[in-house]
Amino acid sequence: MTVDMLMDWFAAIGDFPVLAFILAVTISGIPLFLVMALNAMVAVYVERKVSAFMMDRIGPMGQGPGLHAGKWGLLQTAADAVKLLVKEDTVPESSDKILFKMAPFIIFIGAFIGLAAVPFSQTLQVVDFNVGVFYIIAVGSIGVIGIVMAGWASNNKWSLYGAMRSAAQIISYEIPAGLSIIVPIMMAGTMNLQELIHYQSGSVWGILPNWIIFNNPFSFLAFFIFFISAIAETNRTPFDIPEAESELVAGWMTEYSGFRWAIFFLSEYANMLIVSGLAVAGFLGGWRSPIPGLFDSGAWGLFWFMGKVASLIFIMMWFRWTFPRLRVDQLMHVCWKVFIPIAMLNIFGVGIWKLIFG
Amino acid sequence: MGVVHGDQMILNIGPQHPSTHGVLRLEVKTDGEIVSEVKPHIGYLHRCFEKHSENVTYEQVIPFTDRCDYLAAMNSNFGYVVAMEELMEIKVPERVDFIRVIMGELNRIASHLLALGVYGLDVGAFTPFLYMLRDRERILDMFEYTCGARLLYNYMWVGGVSHDLPKDFVKICGDFLDYFEPQISEYNELLTYNKIFIERTADVGVLPADVAVSFGVTGPNLRGSGVKWDVRKDEPYSIYDRFDFDVPTGTGEFGTVGDCFDRYWVRMLEVKESVKILRQALKDIPDGDVHQAIPKKIRPPKGSVYRRTESPRGDLGYYIISDGTPVASRVKMRSPAFTALSVLDEISRGWMISDVIAILGSLDIVLGEIDR
Repeated sequence: MTVDMLMDWFAAIGDFPVLAFILAVTISGIPLFLVMALNAMVAVYVERKVSAFMMDRIGPMGQGPGLHAGKWGLLQTAADAVKLLVKEDTVPESSDKILFKMAPFIIFIGAFIGLAAVPFSQTLQVVDFNVGVFYIIAVGSIGVIGIVMAGWASNNKWSLYGAMRSAAQIISYEIPAGLSIIVPIMMAGTMNLQELIHYQSGSVWGILPNWIIFNNPFSFLAFFIFFISAIAETNRTPFDIPEAESELVAGWMTEYSGFRWAIFFLSEYANMLIVSGLAVAGFLGGWRSPIPGLFDSGAWGLFWFMGKVASLIFIMMWFRWTFPRLRVDQLMHVCWKVFIPIAMLNIFGVGIWKLIFG
Repeated sequence: MGVVHGDQMILNIGPQHPSTHGVLRLEVKTDGEIVSEVKPHIGYLHRCFEKHSENVTYEQVIPFTDRCDYLAAMNSNFGYVVAMEELMEIKVPERVDFIRVIMGELNRIASHLLALGVYGLDVGAFTPFLYMLRDRERILDMFEYTCGARLLYNYMWVGGVSHDLPKDFVKICGDFLDYFEPQISEYNELLTYNKIFIERTADVGVLPADVAVSFGVTGPNLRGSGVKWDVRKDEPYSIYDRFDFDVPTGTGEFGTVGDCFDRYWVRMLEVKESVKILRQALKDIPDGDVHQAIPKKIRPPKGSVYRRTESPRGDLGYYIISDGTPVASRVKMRSPAFTALSVLDEISRGWMISDVIAILGSLDIVLGEIDR
């Protein structure tokens, strides 16, 4: 279900290229937005429940629809969404109003266009780039511009601290994340996400699926570096120092409320989906079944892909409710002195491995 | 006000802030993330405790002491009534002493649990906080069962306690201790031995013993610096000399002696010691009437008394001057949290903003007691 497919289809009907392009983008963009919204709603609910169970609580509960939060609190996120949408959208008097209002949308755009390249299944992908990996890594950096804008425009010291920490953190952790994702690219010899997943078909050593993570020790290590860096890039615990609620109140989001704040939230969860999706496509076989050959086609692809992504997101939540938070200098130490050297050695190691074992 | 340099920024942490443990304002001079000066501004919770005490009768002061250190109200009561009894030379029945020790130690556990849990929250770990509050809840339930109040008890009276223990209290408390002791290792697994937690707290905010002594820091903060000083041991009051317990001190297990981790760890060890005291007290508690020594009219002779007790936060001293009337001439409370806060600037210079929060949390202050 790519834009290209729709374009081809329109081209077969008649010759209206501009309209066809707009139609194709709209038709694939609206479901993508729904995916983003649905993802945030489900993830928020799951996060609340997961955190509750980890903390020996029960989380949102209620009996039946009505003013309660639905059965097992299932309507909790819907109620939250409605609350956020009708809430007053406050803009601080002393803020830079244009930047302040624009910032959430820049962050949103970064997340939204990143989602376009995520291969949900063999056919379910909005745009199938030949440089998909590169594209996702690249547009992932757009968000940081929005964060710095939000922090600066709020004219609030907490926001400024949060934005500066966030900028430093995201830019730093992009390096180990990028260096680690080079490992699958080197092995598959392509940046196209679908081809990358096709490379991971079959099995290795008889039992394990031929995923890149299981291919060699370097790629195994690369996955963990990538995943941890991805957590840092999405500003989640133990790397949530930009919005450390016990230090910076809410970091760069301090002055935001209502719909604009909801957009931050939407983007945060979309970013989790994107980085998990990239990790799954790059290291965990994408939409391939964990048992080679079993349910390995068609709509099952979506199931496997989302299942793997959900597990990674669950691990992120698990981290969040277990670990304390690192300090900003320790965070940089981990990135520059530990992850980047290991990631570079990985590239070297994979090169040698590929040379020796083909 | 000094001159603010161009590269310095003044950051106001509080009075409304998640980690100031009440209404405290910290005026922090920062250069980027590095803190060069911390100036605490207190008084947002000032309720004229000492002046009030000069206008109400002696027994009416007790509810005010509750509201000073609201997280360890039993210990606040305890200090006041012990001082009053010393002034009036009242000998309380043995059962009353035992009940007071049991309540004081239970409240010490409750207070330390909150301190430890909130400390986890300060460094970003949410879950241990809820685990500890869950267990603190059971202690509060026991208090509620005994005297009807969960936070501010007005339980200890001059010469006695307001209510005798319920008949099955010894069993309930014993059950709680059996449940609670294994929980301590769970906290340790979840928070104490976490690598990130150790990184955040070890070697941070080191309070050397001589600095601690010269600032008058007491309680777990002083013991965290390696000074073995506990009023319960060194100047025993009530019946603390009968119990066998240790005074844990900081050893610098993961860093320097007197760092944030030591202060945290001393509290954790003290919880264990409190459990030890409680078990002994529950075993030996005698029968008796808890009301028999309560005087009909509290009119202490002319004179003054200073009595310090070990509250969860340190030396809690009461200086009471009596002029022979039913109303005190002067009641002065020596607040351990106040001295602990005064050392904050000294030990947090040169650290980062995140560390200031961690150091403040490790000092375990209660603003109600500081402002009084």
